[in-house]
Amino acid sequence: MRKLLSLTIFALASSTVFAGGYRVSIQGQKQLAMGHTGVAIVNSAETAFFNPAGMAYLKDKFNLSVGGSALFSKTRFQNSEYNWKASSDNVGTPFNVYATYKVTDWLTAGLAVYTPYGSSVEWDQDWQGAHLVNNIDLKAIFIQPTFSIRVGDEFSFGGGPILATGSVNFNRNLSLNPLLSANGSGSDVTLDSTGITAWGYNVGFMFNPTSKLRLGFNYRSEIIMEARDGDATYADLPDFNQIPNTTFNADLPLPAEITSGLSYQVTDKWLVAFDYNYTMWNVYTDLDVKFGNGTESINPRNYKNTSTYRVGTQYVANDKFTFRAGWYFDESPVQNGYFAPETPRNESMGYTGGLTYQLNPKFGIDLSLLYLHFDEIDNSYDYSTDPVSGTANPDFGGTYKSSVFSPGVGVTYSF
Amino acid sequence: MKNKFIYLSVLAMAGLVSCEPEFENAVDANYTAGEADFSSYVAVGNSLTAGYMDGTMYKSGQANSFPNLLSQQFATVGGGVFTQPSYEEDVNNLGGISGIPGFGTRRVINFATSAPENIAGTSTITLTPQATAYNNMGVPGAKSFHLLVPGYGNPANFPAANPYYVRHATSNTATVLGDAMTKNPTFFTNWIGANDVLSYATTGGVGVDQTGNFNPQTYGPNDITDPTVFAGVYSLIVNGGTSPAFGAVTGLSQNGAKGVVATIPSVTSIPFFTTVPYNPVTAAAVGGASNITALNAQLYGPLKQALTAFGAGSRINLLSATAGNPLLIKDESLTNLSAQLTAAFTPTLGAATAAFYGSVFGQARQATADDLVLLTTSGVIGTAPTGVPAPLDKYGVTYPLQDQHILIPSEQLAIANATNAYNAAIKSIAASKNLAVADMNAILGVLVNGLRSVNGQIYTANYFSGAATENKVLFSLDGVHPNSRGYAVIANEIIKVINAHYKSNMPFLNPSYFPGINVVATN
Repeated sequence: MRKLLSLTIFALASSTVFAGGYRVSIQGQKQLAMGHTGVAIVNSAETAFFNPAGMAYLKDKFNLSVGGSALFSKTRFQNSEYNWKASSDNVGTPFNVYATYKVTDWLTAGLAVYTPYGSSVEWDQDWQGAHLVNNIDLKAIFIQPTFSIRVGDEFSFGGGPILATGSVNFNRNLSLNPLLSANGSGSDVTLDSTGITAWGYNVGFMFNPTSKLRLGFNYRSEIIMEARDGDATYADLPDFNQIPNTTFNADLPLPAEITSGLSYQVTDKWLVAFDYNYTMWNVYTDLDVKFGNGTESINPRNYKNTSTYRVGTQYVANDKFTFRAGWYFDESPVQNGYFAPETPRNESMGYTGGLTYQLNPKFGIDLSLLYLHFDEIDNSYDYSTDPVSGTANPDFGGTYKSSVFSPGVGVTYSF
Repeated sequence: MKNKFIYLSVLAMAGLVSCEPEFENAVDANYTAGEADFSSYVAVGNSLTAGYMDGTMYKSGQANSFPNLLSQQFATVGGGVFTQPSYEEDVNNLGGISGIPGFGTRRVINFATSAPENIAGTSTITLTPQATAYNNMGVPGAKSFHLLVPGYGNPANFPAANPYYVRHATSNTATVLGDAMTKNPTFFTNWIGANDVLSYATTGGVGVDQTGNFNPQTYGPNDITDPTVFAGVYSLIVNGGTSPAFGAVTGLSQNGAKGVVATIPSVTSIPFFTTVPYNPVTAAAVGGASNITALNAQLYGPLKQALTAFGAGSRINLLSATAGNPLLIKDESLTNLSAQLTAAFTPTLGAATAAFYGSVFGQARQATADDLVLLTTSGVIGTAPTGVPAPLDKYGVTYPLQDQHILIPSEQLAIANATNAYNAAIKSIAASKNLAVADMNAILGVLVNGLRSVNGQIYTANYFSGAATENKVLFSLDGVHPNSRGYAVIANEIIKVINAHYKSNMPFLNPSYFPGINVVATN
């Protein structure tokens, strides 16, 4: 079983890429369908992510939820002052595996594997914003052994350490100045680092003042992914500016997230839920890349903390069918003037839906659907520096418009 | 029922997957030609129109000629095909013209020496006739009246013919303007006239100011064209008409074409005249303070003493060991004191040497901030004049720089007067036809203090001086012509003029994405 699980993870990881922005809120098919609420919901093993405290209230002895989504992300860019057009289309496959086992009446153990952060953006090589990014592929898998303890029917708490493992691959041109180019292709550098690991934790508690109302609180810690001795590979350098390949060190923070929320069982069949996320993005002040050859590239990011407001509902129609729907509003951590095409993400509204088809009391199939709507936005990145002159580059900006669509499927097995 | 539901769901999902993010307004939603018609755009002019840079025409440079860049923007508002003279022969992108002295390869920065040099290699550009009229009819070296001269492209007429026009003249009797008009322009740019004064300036004023001489047939290559002749020729080019000298001429705007005419920049905004300081003679430059002392004792002191006796002591001052000293130059506008100096020096130097000194220093003086030292003179300073023995074997220090090395104030005045007169004529002829004017004189004047472009980048009229300022430099390594980035700035300025005058709206170029200098690892 254990061997099979790890094989599955690696098979998925090799094809895992993510959509624009680098927090990807797809951590369970049932909860995604409910607007990705879940801090105060006890539905399935997915609670191992949303609030480990909830695991102790799962009815069955064993619960397994395995799911994945196909994430279609599209970003369009244009600038009518210079008649520029560019686009980035990406497909990602966030996935999750959750298992819980009721050790005793009051103690439940579990394992959660999920992919909460990632980014994949791929513009045309040497496009107008190539000095900021040509392409980026950031992957992170969180592995979280978890326990949950209940104190009667009113209160529970739980948590577990997180082992985060990730990789990053990033390519950009050294300069927008054609001076640094060879045969018409801009000089570029690829930063590649794999097998980055770091530790964090996920804790929560749940309080059930009545049989219908649950309150939940969850805190997932910050994790700094420290790339050390990654490969910096240069290409298309002009004859007069040959730079030997070198190494690089860089830190990428995966921010802490605080979630609080409630759910209310309106009738036997009908549940509503509200979640509030507060993400501590301000840890991401700049992307500071130190190269093995002594040079350094400091890229201000200046992210701000963000709030996300989520609403979800679930209706159990009969033994076979359960329907879910949700909505959320997601702020962007990117401030004006820091809108880099590497994470071209402005605030969005998510519309979600889904259903469960329960084949039998043990085995069910979950379907989910996410549509993220972004308004078009005029913004720019104003803080890049030209390595030739050492002076500021002209601002790079225009109008961006993104959309994200993601159907997902999952299975649950419990007894 | 159930199948139908699934079918519809699949359709809806497929629709969402392919759902394209759409902008409220397409990138080109507001682009318009306005009152202009860009379907046949023709550019006439000289090297600035041809895309000349780094001292020559070469393939990759020509691709960034301002008319070619403009035509790419015109294409967003109905512009048609734009053709340029072929440089396919320039397979190694070297420029120059094969077999003609003085037409060397393009200038590059040699990274190994950090100096501008002609790129190594032999030009493969020939005078093989293409016999084709192109949309870009910029002919490097052409003066205003050359556009109307039949046979300007006839190789039998060398040296009066122009090798660049020889390459593409449609016949041995064709005129540049006549070839241009075969393209039936609906829109034109006309930036001619700079060479009518600039060739005088870039040769240090050795030519003649022909103001008052109305017959351009008698002009030398480095003379200043008479402003009345210029105005007449310019009117013919734009308006057409008949003249005794050129017969019946069809002008650019005669068939209703709209266009832009450009004024002629002042020489003080061109790095060719502003890069080399008038006072580079420091103690370090002459090999130490002891050499300054020696120069004062042996040459400057006696010279000043003698000149003072003749009431001209202000021409020479003793050299300073601590500050930059001015170059020694010949000013042909000064009273020639050769005889007096010869007489004064004879007792100490002997008759023969005294006569030589007298002839060398008779009109010598030290340069001032009002003199402009040509860029090419930087390679002359300190070198030995032909056949001159020590100690007078150092140009600018012990031997006066000559007329061709310096623009003295009287020459600058002649240039400024002609430039102003030409620009007045250009503006008045444009006004009479309601043509747009790109005031390149004013635009390049702004560059002297730094021009802030719409993207926030600041550009200057400085000559290349290293990596730290490279992204601000708009002039190529010949010091006279813009580089590709500079031509993009010029195209933008013309677009501004067109947008304002003809109520057009078309996109700009972003000059930051165009190359400034060209660097080779070794040469």
